[in-house]
Amino acid sequence: MESKFPGYRLLPYLLIFPSVAVIAVFLVVPFAQAVQQSFYRTSPFGTTTRFVGWDNYVQIFSTPEYLRSLVTTVGFAGLVIVGGLVASLGIAILVTRRIRGLGFYQVAFIWTYALSPAVAGIIWALLFDPAVGLGTYVIQLISGYRINMMVQGTVALLIAATAAAWNMLGYNICFFIAGLQNVPKEFEEAARVDGAGVWRTFWRVTFPMISPTTAFLLFVNMVYAFFQVFGLIDVMTQGGPGGATEILVYKLYRDAFIRLRGNFASAQSVVLFLMVAAAALFQLRVATRKAVYSR
Amino acid sequence: MRFRVRRRVLYQVGIHATLLLILMAVAFPVYFAVVMGTLSHQDAYAFPPKLVPGGELWRNVSEVWQRVNLGRLMLNSTVVAVAVTVGKIVLSILAAFAFTHFRFRGRVLLFPLSMITQMLPLPVRIVPAYGLMASFGWLNTYYALIVPYLASTTGLLLFRQFFLTVPDELPDAARVDGAGPLRYLVSVLLPLSKTNIAALFVIEFVYMWNEYLWPLIVTTVPNMRVAQIGLKMMITSERTAAEWNIIMAGAVLIMLPPLVVLIAMRRQFAQGIAMQSTK
Repeated sequence: MESKFPGYRLLPYLLIFPSVAVIAVFLVVPFAQAVQQSFYRTSPFGTTTRFVGWDNYVQIFSTPEYLRSLVTTVGFAGLVIVGGLVASLGIAILVTRRIRGLGFYQVAFIWTYALSPAVAGIIWALLFDPAVGLGTYVIQLISGYRINMMVQGTVALLIAATAAAWNMLGYNICFFIAGLQNVPKEFEEAARVDGAGVWRTFWRVTFPMISPTTAFLLFVNMVYAFFQVFGLIDVMTQGGPGGATEILVYKLYRDAFIRLRGNFASAQSVVLFLMVAAAALFQLRVATRKAVYSR
Repeated sequence: MRFRVRRRVLYQVGIHATLLLILMAVAFPVYFAVVMGTLSHQDAYAFPPKLVPGGELWRNVSEVWQRVNLGRLMLNSTVVAVAVTVGKIVLSILAAFAFTHFRFRGRVLLFPLSMITQMLPLPVRIVPAYGLMASFGWLNTYYALIVPYLASTTGLLLFRQFFLTVPDELPDAARVDGAGPLRYLVSVLLPLSKTNIAALFVIEFVYMWNEYLWPLIVTTVPNMRVAQIGLKMMITSERTAAEWNIIMAGAVLIMLPPLVVLIAMRRQFAQGIAMQSTK
């Protein structure tokens, strides 16, 4: 590419400086410090700090609470991601069947995107309040059994996951609609002419063509289910009952800011980073593979 | 022939009916929350729960408004969300302009910058980031709530993508007319970017209004709390017997601003999403 304004040598650096500075100071430096701190341990009163090597990491993977939190997170994220994406893809497919009112449905579904995880959490906490919740009432009508999310761990986890998936519906549907609209209609028609049924056409033609969208949403939903859901957990269950909804980010928060074990928390941060980085690279690979499928 | 027409109509009606049913199911939790916000104490405790709105909305709202100082919290959220949104738009336009209109060595930074921001969400740097705020003396100030958020790769990539579609003749013509790059950016490129600016405004305003974890740890005094933390304050002050009608009146107020922004600017937002999904 040619410079569109030749002769301005310093200007481009000045233009990117604010962004680079913010990212360096508030993202890169703190992360580097987290890596460093994860190899140290500070005494309870902050008087001495000593190098402990991999000790904090060994501790992470030998603490039953951490391993339990890891399992909880995987289960929770699995429910939110798979459940949420399947539901939104289904709805997006219905919306993009050649029907009238596509614009209406686009707006009608997007609004859950504007609700914060904390708002979603409080609404679903009301819905399944053990005493006055409508959800509690309906389940009692159907099964004769009164659930209580303040006491039953599995119930709390299922409700929290449903609330989280519900919260992401608008965003996911919106992106799936955009992705599906980019699939040329001729491709699907060609497959039909060749005798492929609806099901086969979807899996062999449509689904591969929206794989960049799916990969992108997998990543966004993973970040949501791992991190952004913090507010939902904090207002809904605070990790309870009995740690049943204590996902990794919530445990990290409690270890860092309630139990004040900064070094141990930093090691947890690094472990979380490895998970996000792996997911981001996976998403990048699928996204760049797009060329192969679409042309 | 008539049979086929009827089949088409049935097909359309079937899909619309299914979609409207799903829509009602998705919207129901919010409806239930709004109804709860309008009930009196007594009706709020009815079981089976009431599904028809009552007349106590204003009483509940004024109650929650006083209890957690909601006016102040909403003001803080507004200041922070607007400042971050405007700041992000300005910074990402400047950076995107540099990456698309100049040939310079710093261009290699584009890809690393976007990967870094994706891979370093708050929890992976939270303890040192908090320490940084403490050492700056920024705890319980707007600085802590605003400055760390100012860089946006979403915005950078969105504007970069758009700037790349602007034909070369425009900057060339500007140069011939004697306009410098900044002049060109302000009087030519910015007016062309209105839709993108609007789209980013929605995305970032909603995002920032809804932020929770960072505001929770960098503010402790009630006057500096933001609206999202107000939700937690409403619940914990009522832990023993949740006064759901009061809480929901507050929750409805808190969810309103991003909802209004999103619905008012839905077209621009949809275009922004379309651009993002084809990047």
